[in-house]
Amino acid sequence: MELLMPPTLGKPRLATLSFDRKFLYCIAGFFVLVVLVLPYFTINTYVIGLGIQGLIYVLLALGLNVVVGYAGLLDLGYVAFYAVGAYTSGILTTKFGWQMWQAVPAVILACIVAGIVIGGPTLRLRSDYLAIVTLGFGEIIRITAQNLEITGGPSGIFGIPTWSFGDWSFNDGLSLPAWSIPAFFLVVGALIGASLYAMKKQVAAIVTGSVAVLTAVIMAVLSGSLTNTITFSSKVILYYFTAIIVLVLGLVGIPRLAQGKLGRAWKATRDDEDAAEAMGINTYAAKITAYIIGAVWAGIAGQLNATYISSIAPGTFQFLQSALVLMAVVIGGMGSIPGVVVGGLFIFLAPELLRDVWDNRYFAFGILLLIVMIFRPKGLWPATSVLPWSRDRRAKDKLPSANEVTA
Amino acid sequence: MKSTAPTILEVRDLLMQFGGVKAVDGLNMTVHDGEILSVIGPNGAGKTSAFNCISGFYKPTSGSIKFLGESILKQHPSHITKMGMARTFQNLRLFKEMSVLDNVKTGAHSRFSQHWYDAFLHTPSFAKSEKQIDEMARGWLDFVGFKGDEELYVTQLPYGEQRRVEIARALNTSPKLLLLDEPAAGLNHSEKRALIELIGRIQALGVSIVLIEHDMGLVMEVSERILVINYGKELADGSPEEIRNNPLVIEAYLGASEGKAADTTGIYEHLLDENDLKVAAADLGVSASHKSAHLPAMPKRKEH
Ligand SMILES: Nc1ncnc2c1ncn2[C@@H]1O[C@H](COP(=O)(O)OP(=O)(O)OP(=O)(O)O)[C@@H](O)[C@H]1O
Ligand SMILES: [Mg+2]
Repeated sequence: MELLMPPTLGKPRLATLSFDRKFLYCIAGFFVLVVLVLPYFTINTYVIGLGIQGLIYVLLALGLNVVVGYAGLLDLGYVAFYAVGAYTSGILTTKFGWQMWQAVPAVILACIVAGIVIGGPTLRLRSDYLAIVTLGFGEIIRITAQNLEITGGPSGIFGIPTWSFGDWSFNDGLSLPAWSIPAFFLVVGALIGASLYAMKKQVAAIVTGSVAVLTAVIMAVLSGSLTNTITFSSKVILYYFTAIIVLVLGLVGIPRLAQGKLGRAWKATRDDEDAAEAMGINTYAAKITAYIIGAVWAGIAGQLNATYISSIAPGTFQFLQSALVLMAVVIGGMGSIPGVVVGGLFIFLAPELLRDVWDNRYFAFGILLLIVMIFRPKGLWPATSVLPWSRDRRAKDKLPSANEVTA
Repeated sequence: MKSTAPTILEVRDLLMQFGGVKAVDGLNMTVHDGEILSVIGPNGAGKTSAFNCISGFYKPTSGSIKFLGESILKQHPSHITKMGMARTFQNLRLFKEMSVLDNVKTGAHSRFSQHWYDAFLHTPSFAKSEKQIDEMARGWLDFVGFKGDEELYVTQLPYGEQRRVEIARALNTSPKLLLLDEPAAGLNHSEKRALIELIGRIQALGVSIVLIEHDMGLVMEVSERILVINYGKELADGSPEEIRNNPLVIEAYLGASEGKAADTTGIYEHLLDENDLKVAAADLGVSASHKSAHLPAMPKRKEH
């Protein structure tokens, strides 16, 4: 069919809000840097262990954000996919002798299947049904795990192996010459910078290059002398870095998914399903992709957690967990990446910090939640927030008038 | 008139029943290529229901609907849009938590293929299609005369601008046929002038338009043909002059509005206000002053 084109194509444009995005990148970069250097300051495995737990909550919140925040599907049983990932990897490694990394594709596949089985029929209905079905599904998975023999019944699975690649495993620790860490950042920075430069994004290339150099310098300073050998003897730190790598993947990838036509289809479906259909969007397809992506992401988080804890039990996959992750998304700001990161950290840290303050920490946590929802009903960092300096940018930018445009 | 042009939409014996209510009751309707057809009728006549059947949102109880020679009775709304039929809604239905630009971009959904990994890796083909989508969306915003900040959220715009964005969004689906459901509702005088001019420019692009509208001035000015519906049935079909002078229409239009106002206030939230009624009557060439004088106080039309 012949395409209808607007006769007014390619008129002069005003500056866009890309500056906001750069600001967010800076914050994200800073955040990653902080978590990256944390182990150098605190080789206290308890603190690093908490860090891993926190990162896993952030991962879950990021994944649920795709389902709830982008696609507007109220999922009350998100932890079910977390359980599917944990049990799939646990069973394959302990009962069938697979290596941990070999289980990754199996986890992804299992979550896709689970997503289709549960989402396939229910996503055709309106979202209220989905909430109820997912709530039930979460419980079904937990109760099934509790009663099957292969899942270890109520006591669960023990002795889940760590990540191993051939002869080397996380148990062996990692010894690196100190120069290799700054060198790693320089090489990665140079690669990304060069490809950006090839794409004619000179400014971005220079920024990436400088950030890489800066990180390399910081790492070099932290390691004392470049001739030292740095040993990560505790596998906890290796888990920590693994979690960070997956998190960075999510922080970069998930907003990118939301930028293109898939992301617009999700948001349109969330805001108004009928109007989305009227735009030619197959809302069912949009919903099920969001649901499956969320499921896979939770499954990977489940696998990370299973191998880190090395044992899993049905009791970990209570409804409370689903509710907490959902709260992270709602408190942070639905559909907002910085928001859900903040939310994920909040729901993990708040009860943890309150532990020393009060026995009834979940009660205090509840009150805290209420306060947040009263004063920030759209979340701590809403998706629709506009940074203060961008609010009146059009007042300064003189917009060409209609006549000038058509002239 | 335009009857020589090929037919692009053909509705036969359309019946849409909600329980005991026959919202659309045996409606026939034909739209020719490139024409502007207005659909008018009193409140609750079944105009919006007919639109909903045609665009696939309601599954009609019986009847046939052919678009571009193909039956679309069993198609999903998104498929019908892909075939080249776009619509707007009576109560503005923009995507509230998306920017103006993103709202318009959604219209291009079915025309570009992007894989999820394209988006993930920002591949050159992704960047290229996003650039095209961006240009198209901005082009349509210019076309409808939107002059605000396209990166604002739609809810931050004044009502009239939101209406424009909705039309830009519909045009971005590349329609052959555009269904507009009361596009002038809630617009002020100058915005209505701009709308009339816009409808003309859309037609000039070769798009056929079906327009539901209560504003008789606007209807008389833009339409080539008018279809009058009452109680879900066709009451009259003809040129603006024929409709203006059709005693049946005058009777039904004014009579029905008055009758309904008396007993259904509160049920119909879009009752004509008195002013509209006067305008309608004036445009139809009758004096409504003595009638409207004793009309009960009617609720003002709700602006969404
Ligand atoms: N989804 C529905 N369920 C039940 N009844 C409906 C539904 N949609 C429309 N109706 C009924 O069908 C009749 C026609 O309504 P419709 O909205 O099509 O009228 P309209 O001609 O568009 O009126 P208006 O000028 O007020 O927009 C009304 O009696 C309405 O109550
Ligand atoms: Mg209507």
